[in-house]
Amino acid sequence: MINLTINGKPLTVPEGTTILEAARSAGIAIPTLCYLEGRPPLGACRVCLVEVEGARTLMASCSTPVAENMIVRTHSARARAARRRVVELLLSEHDGNCPTCDRNRTCELRALADSLGIERLPFEGSKARRRVDSSTPALVRDNAKCIKCRRCVAVCSEVQSVGALFPQNRGFDTLIGPAFTQDLEGVACVQCGQCAAVCPVGAIVEKSHVEAVWKALETPGQVVVIQTAPAIRASLGEEFGLPPGSRVTGKMTAALRRLGFHGVFDTNFTADLTILEEGTELLGRLRRTLVDGAKGLLPMFTSCSPGWINFAEYYYPQFLPNISTCKSPQQMFGAIAKTYWASKIGKSPQQITVVSVMPCTAKKFEAQRPEMTASGVPDVDFVLTTRELARMIRESGVDFLSLPEEEMDVPLGISSGAADIFANTGGVMEAALRTVYEIVTGRELPFEKLHVTPIVGLAGIKEASLSIRNVKPEWSFLEGVELKIAVSHGLGNTRRLLEHLKNNGSPYHFIEIMTCPGGCIGGGGQPRFTNDEVRTRRIAAIYAEDEGKPIRKSHENPAVQQIYREYLGKPNSETAHRLLHTHYHPKQP
Amino acid sequence: MPKSLDSFAPCACCDRPLTEEEMVTRCHEIVQEYKDKPGGLIPALQMAQSLFGYLPKPVVKAIADGFGKSYSEVSGVVSFYSFFSTRPRGKFLIRVCLGTACYVRGGKDVLEALKKKLGVEVGETTPDRNFTLDVGRCFGACGMAPVVMINDTVHQRVKPGRIGELLTRVLTGENPTAERERA
Ligand code: SF4
Ligand code: SF4
Ligand code: SF4
Ligand code: FES
Repeated sequence: MINLTINGKPLTVPEGTTILEAARSAGIAIPTLCYLEGRPPLGACRVCLVEVEGARTLMASCSTPVAENMIVRTHSARARAARRRVVELLLSEHDGNCPTCDRNRTCELRALADSLGIERLPFEGSKARRRVDSSTPALVRDNAKCIKCRRCVAVCSEVQSVGALFPQNRGFDTLIGPAFTQDLEGVACVQCGQCAAVCPVGAIVEKSHVEAVWKALETPGQVVVIQTAPAIRASLGEEFGLPPGSRVTGKMTAALRRLGFHGVFDTNFTADLTILEEGTELLGRLRRTLVDGAKGLLPMFTSCSPGWINFAEYYYPQFLPNISTCKSPQQMFGAIAKTYWASKIGKSPQQITVVSVMPCTAKKFEAQRPEMTASGVPDVDFVLTTRELARMIRESGVDFLSLPEEEMDVPLGISSGAADIFANTGGVMEAALRTVYEIVTGRELPFEKLHVTPIVGLAGIKEASLSIRNVKPEWSFLEGVELKIAVSHGLGNTRRLLEHLKNNGSPYHFIEIMTCPGGCIGGGGQPRFTNDEVRTRRIAAIYAEDEGKPIRKSHENPAVQQIYREYLGKPNSETAHRLLHTHYHPKQP
Repeated sequence: MPKSLDSFAPCACCDRPLTEEEMVTRCHEIVQEYKDKPGGLIPALQMAQSLFGYLPKPVVKAIADGFGKSYSEVSGVVSFYSFFSTRPRGKFLIRVCLGTACYVRGGKDVLEALKKKLGVEVGETTPDRNFTLDVGRCFGACGMAPVVMINDTVHQRVKPGRIGELLTRVLTGENPTAERERA
C-alpha cells in the first residue's frame, strides 16, 4: 500500500493506482477527456493535469501512478491555469454551435468549459474543414466537432476489435476516422454505436429519426405503433435525472400514449416469440445432429443482436450457417404488426407505420436491410434510440417524472419475464433454457428463481452446462446429454471466443452473443455515460422486472399461445418461416 | 532493406507498370516474409513501396488483412509518415519552392507553368510516370529565387517561359545529378 496526500487529505491506496483513481476514490473530481474507464490511459488530452510537489512539470493524473509520500494538489492555481489553457486551445479549434448540437445537454467539453470558468477565448485557432459523414444508416460523424481524444478509437479497436476508427494523417491534419479519412461505409464498421456512446462531444451521434416519426404521427389515416425494447425501461429514466437502474416501464408507456402512438406495444412480445422459434430451431438442430448424424449444425448462435450479425458477415462468414435463422425481436415485431395485427384491425401493411425504441444504433441498420420486408414493405419503418425518445418526450412538453404508470396495449404488449432479460448479457440464453428445458423434461429449469447463475454478470465470456435427464418420451435422444452453453458480450470477447472455436472446434451446443458490453442495457443508443457501475444497476433493474412478472417463461405467454393458435400454427411452421426467419450473407464494405 | 528483392521484382523485360491487382497479388509474398517479425509492418510497407513505387489503397488493405490489422489502423500508419505515398510517384519529383522569397520572385508563376506543361495538379503524377509535381517551403537557396528542386538537384532562377527546356534537360539526363534515381 502507498501513502500519499491529495489536497491535504492523507490517503492509503494500493500500489499501481493512478493519481486520478486515488483522487476519485476520495471523492475528488479531476476532469478528464481522453481517459476511458477500464482502458489503459492515453495521456493525450492533458486535461487531467495536477501539481505534484517536487515535480518540475505538472503531471497527467490519469497516467501517473502514486508514489510513497507524494503530495498532490489537484486544483492549485497552477493546475487550474494549465487545464484552462488546454481547454481554451481545444475550443479555439472546435467548430460547433452548442444550441443546435445534439450534445447540447450532455457535452463534456461544454461542461468542462463551464467548470473551468472559461469566459472568453484568448485565441482564434484555425478550424478543421467540416465534413459530415452520414454514409451509414446508423451514425453521423462531424469531424469539425472532434477534439481528438481517441476514446472512440479505444472502444472500437480494443473493446469491439473492429478498428474502424484510427487517427489518420499527422499534426494539424490529424483526423480521427476510417482509413484514409473516407466515409464510414467504406470500412467494415458494424454500426454498434459504441463510439457514439463514448464520444465526449457531438462528433459521433446516431442518425436521428425524430423528425420522420413526428411526421408519421401527423399523417392522417396512418396507424402508427411503437414497440420498446426491454432495455429501455431500465435506462430511459436517466435521461430525466433518475439514477441508473430506475425502472420506468409504466411512465414510459404513459409517455408514448401522450406522444400520440396508436398502439403502445412491446418488443418483449416478440422476444417471447423468438424464444419459441429459436428454441424449436435448437431442438431441431440437436435432433438432426444426434439422431441423423448431421454435421455442422452446432453450435447454434443467437441472432438478436444486429451488430453481431454484421460482425459475422464481415469477419466470420464460416459461422453464418450456425447463426439461428430467427429474425431479431425488433424485426419479428414489425412483421407481425403488419400482417397478423393489421388483419385484426382491418388495415393493410402500408397503412401501418412501425416505430421502435431501441438501445442500439445497429437496429437502424437492421431495419433497412432489404431482406427485412416480410409483408412486402419494411417490417420496421423508424428506429429511435433511447436518447431520441427522451428528446421527443422533452419536445412534447410531457413532464415525464409526474406521469402515472400505465399498461401496454394488448395483444402485442403482453410479455413474460423471460423477455425482459433479453436486455442483458446471459438473458437470451436463460430465457431460451427456461423454455427448452421445460419442453424436453416437463420440469422447470432447476435454478433458484430460474436464474442460470454461471452466466449472470459482466465476465466477458461465460459458460455453463446443464445435464438433461428424465426426458419426455419424444425427446429420448436428449436423455443424458450434457448441454453446453457459452455467452459472450462485446465483440472483442466474441472474437476471442470465435478464434478459439475456429482453432479448437466447439464443445458448445448453444452460444449467446451480444454486440455491446453488458448487452443491450449497454447499447450504443443508451443514455450517456455507461460504465460498469451503470451496467450493473441497469441489469439489476431488468432482473427485478423479470421477477416481478406473473409469467416468467415465454411459452406461457397467453398472447404468444394465441398467435400460434390463430395464425402461425406451430413454431418453425411455414408461415413462421416466411415472416420470422431470415438468412445471412458474407459481405465486404 | 529487404533481401530477396529480385524474386518478385516487377516485370524484368519491360517497363510496364504493374496494375493494382498485380500489386495486391505480390503483397501476399511480402506479408508472408514480414508478418511474424516483430515490428514487421513498417518494413513490409516500405518493401511494397519500393517495389511498386507507391502504396495504392488496395495494397494497404491487403497488407492490413495479411497482418490481421484493421485497414484504418494501417492507413493511419501510412498517412502518418511522409515517406509513404498512396499515389504513384514519377521518376522525377519536382518541388517548387513557395517560401516567401521564391513566392515574391515568381515561384507561383513557375508552378502555374509547370502545371500547364505537365497537365497535372500539385501532388499528381504525369500518366507516363515521369514527373510528380509538388510544392515545398524553402530549400535554403533564397538568394537564387525562384528555385525548383528536381529529385536532389536545386535549379535556380527558373523562368516560367523556359520550363519546357528544363524538363527536356532533366529527361535526357543532360543534368548529371538530376539523373540519379530516387532512393
Ligand atoms: S460538441 Fe459540445 S461544445 Fe461542441 S457544439 Fe456540441 S455541445 Fe457545443
Ligand atoms: S459503430 Fe462500432 S464498429 Fe462502427 S466505428 Fe463505431 S465503435 Fe466502431
Ligand atoms: S470522434 Fe469523439 S471520441 Fe472520437 S476522437 Fe473525436 S471527440 Fe474523441
Ligand atoms: S485524461 Fe489524462 S491526459 Fe487525457
